Amino acid sequence: MVKGLNAVMKKDILVMFSSPIYYIVSFIFTLICGYFFYSNVMYFNLLSIQASSDPFLSEMLNLSDMVIKPFFGNIIIITLLFIPLLTMRIFSEEKRQGTIELLFTYPISDWGCLLGKYFAVMISYVGMLLWTLPLVVLMGIIGSPDWGIVLVAYIGILLAGMGFSAFGVFCSSLTENQIISAVLTFGGLLLIWAIGWMKRLGGEIVGKVLEYISMTTHIESFSIGVLDSRDILYFLIFCSFWLYFTKKVLEQRYIKR
Amino acid sequence: MIQVIDVTKYYGQRLAVEGVDFEVGERRVVGLLGPNGAGKTTILRILTCYLTPSSGRVVVSGYDSEKEPLKIREKIGFMPENVPLYGELSVWQFLGFVADSKGINPRYKRQEISKVISLCGLERLERRLIRHLSKGQRQRVGLAQALLGDPPILILDEPTAGLDPAQVVEVRELIKGLGRDKTVILSTHILPEASQVCQEVIILNNGRVVAKGTLTELGKRMEDSDQISLLFKLDRDLQNLEWLRDDPMILGLTQCGKHLYEIQIKPSEDGIKKLVKKIVDAGIGILELRQKEFSLEEIFVKLVVYGDDTSYKGEMVR
Ligand SMILES: Nc1ncnc2c1ncn2[C@@H]1O[C@H](COP(=O)(O)OP(=O)(O)O)[C@@H](O)[C@H]1O
Ligand SMILES: [Mg+2]
Repeated sequence: MVKGLNAVMKKDILVMFSSPIYYIVSFIFTLICGYFFYSNVMYFNLLSIQASSDPFLSEMLNLSDMVIKPFFGNIIIITLLFIPLLTMRIFSEEKRQGTIELLFTYPISDWGCLLGKYFAVMISYVGMLLWTLPLVVLMGIIGSPDWGIVLVAYIGILLAGMGFSAFGVFCSSLTENQIISAVLTFGGLLLIWAIGWMKRLGGEIVGKVLEYISMTTHIESFSIGVLDSRDILYFLIFCSFWLYFTKKVLEQRYIKR
Repeated sequence: MIQVIDVTKYYGQRLAVEGVDFEVGERRVVGLLGPNGAGKTTILRILTCYLTPSSGRVVVSGYDSEKEPLKIREKIGFMPENVPLYGELSVWQFLGFVADSKGINPRYKRQEISKVISLCGLERLERRLIRHLSKGQRQRVGLAQALLGDPPILILDEPTAGLDPAQVVEVRELIKGLGRDKTVILSTHILPEASQVCQEVIILNNGRVVAKGTLTELGKRMEDSDQISLLFKLDRDLQNLEWLRDDPMILGLTQCGKHLYEIQIKPSEDGIKKLVKKIVDAGIGILELRQKEFSLEEIFVKLVVYGDDTSYKGEMVR
């Protein structure tokens, strides 16, 4: 069923890591994350100094709310901006170069190929995230964060990345132009991200549906250290949904007419 | 080994091939011959299970292409038109990926890759990035990936396109050699290539098969339906040959040299005897009497360029 998954995954990781795009994307990603981390910490420091003379403020002040929560919120938004750059080439470039024809005449299944590519994206995404770990270590040095919250936040980032990537892979299968692929992914993700804001425009049921579809609804819990199985389920459904439709796009070539 | 049964393929509304029907046996080189846009690539894509036919069936080694495409792909080495390859990978990395995809046992992987590398003369290019290779070198990498894993069937779409003359000769020799123990199907629009390399050809035009068979079969069928030519030398003027011109046996008379003439005669044994006697009696020396042989070019031009199949009494398809 997933024949060829390993081969395709290895190949795409090799291709990804041999392209300068990956390094530039990871570098800028780390830089921006570092900037947001720094500004959050600086703000926290500033408030800490004021708090030393204000007992009420020092009650309110804690690392989780002031640094971890906004920092992980930022990482997710940055991820949303950067994942399209990781997924844009995954099918588009194969289509443009014509290598897709080569790929699909080896004895590998469509699912093997699709999941191989998806895992390659996920691995390069995780590789990118690893660069944020020094910041987490720094956080441990500055104060004493609640490691449970940090862990849950990372699970959230990972799940969100899985969802973003699945959608990106889908968009990439639609076009042979990398730029179009990236723009579609980016635009689509922003829409899905924020569609909950429209909930007041529709009726009650429409509003509920929009709210459920919207990602913001489901990402909240992770940033406050709560692992909600319904939210995990949402991301898993989201992934499966887009991967399934990517498979449908790949099957286009089998249509009779 | 390979059966293509009444295959029709549409790309959206556009008809690419229609009612294509042929069989290919084992251990031979078969050429799919036709002008650009004839549908060669489309047929090869269907054979490799990249596309499915709009109607009709393809059976390879007993496997139906729509039911068990992976089984068929395991048996096929394919080199697509224009040889698309992953430019970011080195030759060795790429062949490693192909070996993995083809499910080659990791234990023999190195060995198998080395084998095709030396077969295709890529020893010195192993570590080179594919995007830094020349056209001819890429073509050889394309051939190497098709040969990897020693598949019994090779499908090559325009294998010599874009090569320099020396490389063309080299690749043709390689293909000929491969045809000794594999089934090779190649497409080409180059006629001499088909006549040099292939034992059988399938001629396509506008998505239909217009003729198929071995080269000798095709040539013979044309001969049967055509003419005898007679070459003679004449020191006198052509005016004196009016009696020859009026002979009902004679189809045409052309002057080929200063005193050299050629006449085309209807192929009838009796008539030829009488005519030859008549000419000899007139004191003219006959230099040559031969059946006109048709080259693949002439067959092709007749069938494809002029769409003239009246002179072709061989196996016609529609
Ligand atoms: N992907 C495609 N979409 C639409 N039409 C196509 C496609 N590929 C080929 N065709 C058309 O199908 C016909 C046969 O093409 P092809 O099989 O590539 O011919 P050949 O390989 O003999 O040059 C041509 O008219 C071509 O324009
Ligand atoms: Mg072609």
